[in-house]
Order: sequence, then structure tokens, then C-alpha cells
Amino acid sequence: MEIRDLKLDGNAIGGLMLELVGSDMTTTDCVCGGCGAHEEMARLDVYVGAGIVVRCPHCEAVMIRIVQSRERTWLDLSGTASLELTP
Amino acid sequence: MTVVFSRGFRGKRRDGPSDRVPPGQYLTDDFPVLSAGPTPHTPLEEWTFTIQGGAEPVSWTWDEFKTLPSEEPTVDIHCVTRWSKLDTSWKGVSVDTLLESVDHDASYVVAFCDGGYTTNLPIEDVTDGKAWVAYEYDGEDLDPEHGGPARLLVPHLYFWKSAKWVRGLSLRDEDEPGFWESNGYHLRGDPWLEQRYWGD
Amino acid sequence: MAAEVAAVRQETPKVRTLELAAPDWPGHRAGQHLDVRLTAEDGYQAQRSYSIASAPGEELALTVERLDDGEVSPYLVDEAREGDMLEVRGPIGGYFVWDGDEPEPVLLVAGGSGVVPLMAMARHRARTRATAPMRLLLSSRTLEDVIYREELDRLAAAGDGFAVVHTLTREQPRDWTGYSRRIDRDLLAEVAWPPSESPRVYVCGSTRFVDAAADGLLELGYEAESIRTERFGATGS
Repeated sequence: MEIRDLKLDGNAIGGLMLELVGSDMTTTDCVCGGCGAHEEMARLDVYVGAGIVVRCPHCEAVMIRIVQSRERTWLDLSGTASLELTP
Repeated sequence: MTVVFSRGFRGKRRDGPSDRVPPGQYLTDDFPVLSAGPTPHTPLEEWTFTIQGGAEPVSWTWDEFKTLPSEEPTVDIHCVTRWSKLDTSWKGVSVDTLLESVDHDASYVVAFCDGGYTTNLPIEDVTDGKAWVAYEYDGEDLDPEHGGPARLLVPHLYFWKSAKWVRGLSLRDEDEPGFWESNGYHLRGDPWLEQRYWGD
Repeated sequence: MAAEVAAVRQETPKVRTLELAAPDWPGHRAGQHLDVRLTAEDGYQAQRSYSIASAPGEELALTVERLDDGEVSPYLVDEAREGDMLEVRGPIGGYFVWDGDEPEPVLLVAGGSGVVPLMAMARHRARTRATAPMRLLLSSRTLEDVIYREELDRLAAAGDGFAVVHTLTREQPRDWTGYSRRIDRDLLAEVAWPPSESPRVYVCGSTRFVDAAADGLLELGYEAESIRTERFGATGS
């Protein structure tokens, strides 16, 4: 099994984000803090390691990092310049 | 919220001897591949391992690195995602050997890697025979998917500290949280104390 | 929320459909998925995502492929039986969905169990008598591995604008006249609508499959925005 098969997409964190934010995030427009590209969250690259890493599909910059324990979730959005929410 | 139990579900975990399997861990026979990003592919002719932050930086090319005295540790490894694998065999250079070339009085290191991953460790956790830069696993060259050409190997701590695609160590006076330690994972990560997350 | 296994149906040797009774289920759109969480007697938990196979309005159903070294799929495919309880979370996803009122032709490209969310779309089209033409290009290893084979034949024979094209990549029956290779740009050129028809495209399967199919479509001149993708992990067990 190659690491290529470990690269998923933002659909894979759909449930997690739904639970954290309360609404579907797969179509949320996200702006990469590295290169400025806009993509819906479903189109971002998702890697599952010790935690979850969401990367820009254009420049591979880390946009989001997620660590989950049973009770707590840490969400690092510092690599994402902006998320467009429609509450 | 009530939990829904699923009759007959066990998962693929196995229990193991409690003196070898830390709390909350399960044994696995495979070697799960986990990744924070795309596999880097640095050509060996360009690969170097560098120790910075001492009196002077010290660097080895791949050929030079392979001529350093090596060891073949057999160790148990424990991933924070709860799998443990016993008696894994590696070949590599002890970090003690590498640090002998450097004049320093650092208290901490940060391992840095191709792809940008970092992890921090107190100097005591990478010295006195506790850590290696490994380039073989199970008798073969280390696979890129498992961190080849070389990865850090620090088996007494959770395996996120055994940084894949390692390119060097940066000697520090202060503990500087790395890629995961800055976002929820424990600064030190001792599996026997179950130090998985901040506050554990 | 809790869901009870109401019925099971073997689709292929490694693939099974589970119909679930979940009284609190709010309904879903074609293409969405849900998360299944299993809890063992001692509290050990594992969770995986599975695409919903049923169309909106049908009994909630999942189709699961057993991965040999999987954590959850061996339980769902080999062990779970009527009356067993699962925990589900969902429905999830607003991106990889087709509601049926979109006028454009729809190209569905599936690798193996990637056909599941696309089947929900095909079933939804049939139930609502949607008129947008829909074409499914399904890649499977062998004929025996083709999921939903009879139902797909039936839908294609209905003459209402739904068509299926198979490719069998590992082994083909002796009289096979269909495609027998992995999806590539030339195969797509023969099967897909020309980009000028502005079809909506949904591609689902392993990362390797999805990237190859999406790259092929881009080479044919499809706009990136018209191609929606959903990648299953090899460890999506």
C-alpha cells in the first residue's frame, strides 16, 4: 500500500467537521494561507497520521491540523487564511 | 449519551503481555502507515544529515553517514493511535555517535525533516542508547512509506517522535513544541505514563 | 444515533449491503455518507465512513466491502446480522451530491466499491424519473466482483437515458466484448460526453483510481470544477 492511497480528501473529515461546527463544511470555501488558492473543503488533500493534516492541493501547505482525544479536539487553522461560513 | 454496543465486535486488536504493552495499547502484526503529507523523494546524492546549534554545524552526506558505526537494535514501538508492535528490528546510527561530533550543552533537540515535519525531545531522551537515525528496517533498506531513506527512532516514546524523513537535529536550550506537540499532543509522550495529549 | 440492522444482502463474495432501521434518521441526499461507530463490550471503539447506497426516500442502506486487514468492515460484512445495533452519524456531505433537478448530463466513474454513492444517484434518478442522461463507467476486477450487476443491467435496459459501461481489469469471461483495462484517457474519450456538453462528473474510488480518472478527464478538456471526487482510503476498512 503506497502513501498515495493514504491521501484522501475533505469528504473524509466531513463527519468530524459537521460535529465540531454544526453544519456541513464540505462545500465551505477555504483560502490557503500559503498560496492564496480557493477550494471547497472537499477538494483539499487529507492525510491521516497521528492526527489529521489537511493540505492545499496546489502548494501542499498545511492548512488545518486536527488532533482528537476522546473528550477534546484541537483544531489548528493557522495555515488557512480564511473560511467562508454561511450560518 | 448512551453508548450503543455492537454484539460480537472486537476489532483486529490483540492483547499482549502487560509488561511490554503500555496502557491503552493493542498489538498489531502489520506495520500501519500513517502520514502527515506526501512522501518526499530526496535523491541520496543530495541527502545530508546535519546537527545545528552546537559550536559549529556538523553535516554528513549519505555516503559518509553509511560509514559511521551502526547498531542493530530490536525494539518495541508504540503509536499514539493505540497500536503497538513488538520486536521490530532496525539498523542505524546511534544519536550518541552523532552527538559525539558536536560540542554542545543543549538541553533539547528539535528533529527536522523533509516535508517540514518537526518533533521536539529533551536531550536525555535521545542519548545513552535511547535513539538512532535508522536506515534499515527488518533487514532491508527503509521504505519511503516508512520514512526512508532515514528516520529517527526513539522507541521508548510514542512513535510520532520517531520522525520520518529526518534530515537533522537542531540543538536548543528551550523545549520548542514540534508539529504535533504544538497542537494537542503531549510535549514528551511517554507511553508508560500514557502521555498522549496536553494535560495528560 | 442508534441503528438496527434490519436486513443483510450479499452482493459479491466480499461485499454486503446492510439495511438499517434508524427511527431518528433525518433523510439524506444521493451521494452522502455516514459514519459508523462500533463499540465492543469492553468499551473499545472504532469508526469508519461508508457511503449511503439507498436513494433518498428508500430504506437506509449501506454497502460495505470487506478489507482483509480491516478493523470495521470484516465485522459489517461477515459478522453483523439482523437485530445487531450500530451507531451512525449523518448524513454527511454537501459537495458530492446529486439532487436530480440539475439539467446537465451526468457522468459517474466508479472504481470497485466507489460505485456505492453513485448507485444512490442512479437509484434516485430512477425513482424520481429524472430526465438528465446518466452514464456510469464502472471498473471492477472481475465480473464476479461487479456490485449491483443485475440491478444495473435492469436500469440500463429501461431505455430512459441511463447507461452502464463496464471495464474488468483483472480477468474477463471468455466471451467478454467489453473493456478490459484500467481507466485511461482513451477509454474516457470513448465513453464520456464531450466537454462541450458540460456534464457533471462524479468520480469515486481509491485515491489512485480517482486521480487517474480525474487526470484523464482534464486531459480531454473537462473543467476541473465540473469534476467532483470522493476518495476512499485503502484503510477505509
